[in-house]
Amino acid sequence: MNLHSFLLMRHELVLIAIMLIVLIAELATKDNRKSIIAPLALVLFGIHTVIGFLPMESGTLFGGMFNATPINNIMKNILNIGVLIILFQTQKTFDSELNRGKVSEYFIVLFSTLIGMFYMISAGDFLMFYIGLEIATIPLAALAAFNRHENKSAEAGIKLLLSSTLSSGILLYGLSMLYAANGSLFFTDLMHGTYTITSLHTLTLIFFFAGMAFKISLVPFHLWAADVYEGAPVNVTSYLSVISKGSAVFIFTVVLYTVFKNYAETWQPMMYIIAIFTMLVGNLFALRQNNLKRFLAFSSIAQAGFLLLGIIAGSAVGMATVIYYVLVYVFSNLAAFGVVSMIESHTGKTTISDLNGFYRTNPKLSLALMLALFSLAGIPPVAGFFGKFFLFTAVASVNTTPYHILLLIALLNTIISLYYYLMPVKAMFINKNESPIAYFKSDVFAKIGLSISLTGMVVVGFVSSIYEEILKFCFGL
Amino acid sequence: MDILSLFVVVPILTMVGILFTKGLKGTRTVAAVGMGVQLVMAFNLLYQYFAERAKDTVSEMLFRVDYLWFESFNIHYSVGVDGIAVAMILLTSIVVFAGIFSSWKTEDLPREFFIALLLLASGVFGFFISIDLFTMFLFYELAVIPMYLLIGLWGSGNKEYSAMKLTLMLMGGSALLILGLLGLYFNSAPDGGALTFNILEIAKVSIPHDVQMFFFPFLFVGFGVLGALFPFHTWSPDGHASAPTAVSMLHAGVLMKLGGYGCFRVAMYLLPDAAQEMGWLFLILTTVSIVYGAFGAIAQKDLKYINAYSSVSHCGMVIFALLMMNKTAMDGAILQMISHGLMTALFFALIGMIYGRTHTRNIYEMGGLMRIMPFISVAYVIAGLASLGLPGLSGFVAEMTIFVGSFQHQDVFHRVCTILACSAIVVTAVYILRVVGILLFGPVRNKEFETLPDAKWYEKVSMVTLIIAIVAIGVAPLWLSDMIRESLTPIVDKLTAAAIN
Repeated sequence: MNLHSFLLMRHELVLIAIMLIVLIAELATKDNRKSIIAPLALVLFGIHTVIGFLPMESGTLFGGMFNATPINNIMKNILNIGVLIILFQTQKTFDSELNRGKVSEYFIVLFSTLIGMFYMISAGDFLMFYIGLEIATIPLAALAAFNRHENKSAEAGIKLLLSSTLSSGILLYGLSMLYAANGSLFFTDLMHGTYTITSLHTLTLIFFFAGMAFKISLVPFHLWAADVYEGAPVNVTSYLSVISKGSAVFIFTVVLYTVFKNYAETWQPMMYIIAIFTMLVGNLFALRQNNLKRFLAFSSIAQAGFLLLGIIAGSAVGMATVIYYVLVYVFSNLAAFGVVSMIESHTGKTTISDLNGFYRTNPKLSLALMLALFSLAGIPPVAGFFGKFFLFTAVASVNTTPYHILLLIALLNTIISLYYYLMPVKAMFINKNESPIAYFKSDVFAKIGLSISLTGMVVVGFVSSIYEEILKFCFGL
Repeated sequence: MDILSLFVVVPILTMVGILFTKGLKGTRTVAAVGMGVQLVMAFNLLYQYFAERAKDTVSEMLFRVDYLWFESFNIHYSVGVDGIAVAMILLTSIVVFAGIFSSWKTEDLPREFFIALLLLASGVFGFFISIDLFTMFLFYELAVIPMYLLIGLWGSGNKEYSAMKLTLMLMGGSALLILGLLGLYFNSAPDGGALTFNILEIAKVSIPHDVQMFFFPFLFVGFGVLGALFPFHTWSPDGHASAPTAVSMLHAGVLMKLGGYGCFRVAMYLLPDAAQEMGWLFLILTTVSIVYGAFGAIAQKDLKYINAYSSVSHCGMVIFALLMMNKTAMDGAILQMISHGLMTALFFALIGMIYGRTHTRNIYEMGGLMRIMPFISVAYVIAGLASLGLPGLSGFVAEMTIFVGSFQHQDVFHRVCTILACSAIVVTAVYILRVVGILLFGPVRNKEFETLPDAKWYEKVSMVTLIIAIVAIGVAPLWLSDMIRESLTPIVDKLTAAAIN
């Protein structure tokens, strides 16, 4: 190890340093000074995010197990931005009596999942991939159960733990078969190996696919999502639905485009069917939700279905649109969650019908939520429009009839989704209410978080160089 | 800043200006000033266009500006106008200007109302100046989505249902459009080369026949939904009936024209072979629109529903004439868009004024309004006469041109359609005169109405603006019709070439 290799792993190493600093701060501060820890973690993470954007070289470490490539770096930066916004939104949670004693735990657990995701994204080998995945998953259960004084939160933790263990088991089984079939776990070996595709190879693919589908909550592996999202504290829900899902989508795309490159004719039809069902089921269930968190949970299932449209295209454009859409989704969904968490922390209200007449008392927050929902629905001028349009372009680029049909189904799904995204808008702006949620002043951190999300939502759409920059490093099948 | 982009920038600046105002008075003043500037700019554009056209008779589009936006998709911000677009911009500025004055008394959330209205307007302007299909589509959606809040929040009656129905149906149309537009994009370079969203570039290539046949219905129906093509028109009566006055004006007057405009500028111009081959199917549908809309209007008692159905009939006439695919008929179609835009905006403005006074829109509950509010009533008669095609008003010019053009087809099918459509004019006369008779003449049915006031100054501004435009086109139509005719040449040439093949 020399300095050069440190620089290649800067995301991970800086994050570990931050974890240690937070831990030391916890030990070094007196009980009445603990409130400094959360802002400290925020500031440190802000520095970390900035460091991520500094130019860097690419290379490999550990004999090819760890890749530092420009596209990995972009993915990590996107996740960093998301986590930074979430940290802004989280600050107020630690004011409450029940959470005051476990501030540093929260950040250490959160950062360790992020490290796991980074290793997963950078993996050049399935062993590294699996270790990263586990580091990312198991602490998440602890986060979901963070409000342990609430039954629902504890239940969410257990549900997440059990279902992700199951999916990891399936995934691991697939990987073991992969090793049996190929004799190697390195991505490059698997990619360039010359072999005929046997049914064992196909089975490997199916197990891997199922395992990842759990993580991304694709239909029919989505059943855990709604309960966990509803039970977990709202900031953890946003972490799960944006960061955790985003990282899984990234690595899923990369693995399918490299390792399972030669199997494209097998996984594309699978994904075709699953994309249709994921969009449809997510949308149809979201129609009937009244709880805001469940509503966003099902909407995020449907959004994952739309993401598959980019992956299925199998081209560099497809990959770029997926990454771009995740970036858009990070900003939009976190803006929506930001407003939801503000409402919940100030008033305890959690349903769409509670929002009735919200615009008359809190116009700014209503507008923010409206823009976020419009972005999720894909309506201009916010970035969601560009994201969706490019995903559709990626599908249409295949230019054959089955893909046109897929596109048509996806388009019809956007109409269904528009209906339910308009529901909260209708509640806030149109519905009359004698006693709407009273005006409240939100804390400055949450406001900054929301402003970052909203700015991102506008900038990412109109500034074309962001997309071009992503595309530069993408590759196709 | 170029002369065309200003049409999008001024409404946006006006919106920003409104953010700094307080209360209804400041808001409406800023909005009126902004749209007054826009109106002046539109006339200036017209003047400049004639000057420029006299010098440059070759270019299809004038005032071209082009910036590269998304390089890898070859998406440009590309604007330019021909005579048709200039005419539509003029129409839009007039209607928006009149619309601002019709909403002079919006007490509930005035700032939000005017911002949403201006957002809609900027979408419409952006649509008409766009040459790039991507930005065109972006502006199209931008124009549609504020309708939801405008109807849902400031509307009347069953407004939540209507707002949702309208939004979902129009967005459904735009979903079909995306498929069609992407189909065009990926076939825009059949001989290799860069794919493009630019209308003028795509018009140069000949897209393979089977591709045309596949994508034409998506594009035509996608735009047709907004143009109230039967059977996709059902959002229109409900939407118009529930919308507040200015929104009905803008919607029927301008937004529905986006549908007709898109039908020929995108669907028929870029896919001419398919237009020739599948035109008959849509011709039947539009004939149904015309006749059904007219009979639908007879059956209604609610003033707004009457006008909404009459809009279905008149907008059907637009697409009907477009599908005749000769210069005269298509010229008539554009004239009909403008004429209908003006008179229907006038109608909705007047209905808003009457409803604001009597609080009913049922014609049988009113009567003898001519004695109570003569100004409004006379304006109503003028709008009615324009609608049924009286010479000297804009409706006559448009319909006459349409039917002269339509009769140029010799075959039985086109003849039958034309005669059926023609007969709808008689029905139009029936429902217009019936309303005028019941509403304006005869005894005053409700004694409480005796004391109602006549038009206020701001209402007069709104009415007079529209009436002047209607009469001007009716009396001196040739400058307009020649400007349109000239710009139709490349489109009709392409369609004719396709017919010979």
